Amino acid sequence: MSKTLHGLGVSAGSATGPARRLGTPPTLPGAEPPVADTGAEADRAVAALEQVGEFLRDRAAAASGQAADILAAEAMMACDPALASQVRGLAAAGRPAAWAASEALASYRAMLTAAGGYLAERAADLADIADRAVALLLGQPMPGIPAPGHPFVLVAADLAPADTATLDPATVLAIVTERGGPTSHTAILAKTLGIPAVVSCPAALTVADGTVVAVDGTDGTVVVEPTAGQVEQAARRAAERAARLAAARGPGRTSDGHPVTLLANIGGPADVPAAIAAGAEGIGLLRTEFLFLDRHDEPAGAEQRAVYAEVLAGMGGRKVVVRTLDAGADKPLAFASQQAEPNPALGIRGLRLDGLHPALLDTQLEALALAAKDTGTDAWVMAPMVSTPAEAAAFADRARGHGLPVAGVMIEVPAAALCAGQVFEQVDFVSIGTNDLSQYTFAADRQAGALAPLLDPWQPALLQLIAMTAAAGRTTGKPAGVCGEAASDPLLALVLAGLGITSLSMAPPALAEVRAALADVTLAQCQAAAKAALTAATPAAARAAARAVAEA
Amino acid sequence: MAQRQVTVGSSVGLHARPASLFAQAAAKAPVPVFIAKPGGDPVDARSILSVIGLDARGGDTVVLSAEGAGAEAVLDDLAAVVAANHDA
Repeated sequence: MSKTLHGLGVSAGSATGPARRLGTPPTLPGAEPPVADTGAEADRAVAALEQVGEFLRDRAAAASGQAADILAAEAMMACDPALASQVRGLAAAGRPAAWAASEALASYRAMLTAAGGYLAERAADLADIADRAVALLLGQPMPGIPAPGHPFVLVAADLAPADTATLDPATVLAIVTERGGPTSHTAILAKTLGIPAVVSCPAALTVADGTVVAVDGTDGTVVVEPTAGQVEQAARRAAERAARLAAARGPGRTSDGHPVTLLANIGGPADVPAAIAAGAEGIGLLRTEFLFLDRHDEPAGAEQRAVYAEVLAGMGGRKVVVRTLDAGADKPLAFASQQAEPNPALGIRGLRLDGLHPALLDTQLEALALAAKDTGTDAWVMAPMVSTPAEAAAFADRARGHGLPVAGVMIEVPAAALCAGQVFEQVDFVSIGTNDLSQYTFAADRQAGALAPLLDPWQPALLQLIAMTAAAGRTTGKPAGVCGEAASDPLLALVLAGLGITSLSMAPPALAEVRAALADVTLAQCQAAAKAALTAATPAAARAAARAVAEA
Repeated sequence: MAQRQVTVGSSVGLHARPASLFAQAAAKAPVPVFIAKPGGDPVDARSILSVIGLDARGGDTVVLSAEGAGAEAVLDDLAAVVAANHDA
């Protein structure tokens, strides 16, 4: 007997397969059991660590590149002789195996965390080793992504970045989570990988392991034990969707020819082929953090120049927008010392870091200008975390001084959206980062799962700020794009186009769906949908109103 | 006791891949090897956690030591691992 669960569809597409639950980290019981044979307990603890090491080595062998190196190093940590002798010492003193392993790893973790920077990042590896060893010793299921040996639908309360680092899109057919909103890590990851996903599905964890489910990430439904007819219907819908996506080709435009440039968000040169394969008209957001994080020294100008040139050359003259370094206390740099901040999201991050370390930005701008010259292409450059027209002017001056003719800023602080007209007077373009703009507009931390409803990109207040920015762009005749999650929601894309947004930049797998949605409607329909959404009282009402207009 | 002073060649320091390669090489050595920062306490070179914990950066000097048959040859090999630039 089939049953339908409802949630929020955040990554389009459908898939049917057996459900598998994400393993949750084990917890040590409050009371320690008595130990009869301390020697045997020590052997058991060390054997569990070695088994974890073996598991991680196997995973490393199956991975490639940097992921393989990280897993291999983690495997060595699990089998570390100094760790083993500390575990033996604790066991000899009468601690049960699971407690001995947990405590020894915790002391190393504390040492790495205290050292900060790169070492603090490795502390997460030790936490993972501890979870795995404790699960083995207590006979609990392994934490993390299951590996049943066949494709499956991943079911979880929620997914954290650590859970998904090893997620293989070839075996995960779809994702269903109990919590999380449209801008949650799960939603972003699923869209990036092109995996259908339903989040905020309250009954998700009632689905038993192995039960077949049919997931529809477009309408947000999960059919448990679907009938043959329902499976057939899901397959038919998937085929229709594939045909619809395949039919939409070329640059983004409405059915009556109004252009909306469709761009890709990428994190480095390795993502260029996917952007081109998805038909991106350019890069709307090249994040440059990958060059800076997880290393001891600032990358030299020559190294940056080569990487930027690789992206510019790879895009073959298409538009490329490079965002300067977006780091801060929440994404610390080993070589740019910064004090811990009580509210890193409200602290010295993005362009604000320039006040402490001005050479970082100059090196980056110079490297980009040289890369543009090397490749004979135009590179657009923009700064993150700009709040005032004066900051925008200062950044544009710096960029132009380095020979970068097209300078813009991100609009992600409400103050910048409110003064969009004055900001546009200083720059050549703006790009709206809807994720941070939501966080700052609603005073709601992006990491706080309980606040997800406030961060819904359909919130009318957020749409108002986008509308103000787009209107200022129209008045000045300069481009106003969106490069946040909002751009990849096919229905919201129509609203954004209707508000006057000129480009939408998103993870490459989301491009086809947005292109197809635009091709289905006229500009007038987009404008009507935008008007309806802006005046709605709630995100759900905004969605419903826009859908009614778009489907009319 | 045989000793070598070596400058760390990788710009990331004895972290990540360089630390793994070093600890792996030390684990294969026929004699126990220790590594220290000059004037610091020597730690077991086979222990990647101890090696990472030294926080030796690119350009820092470290001291390798070993005792017993073949110690000189072992230190020559390990010194080469420390001095190599694994970033390249």
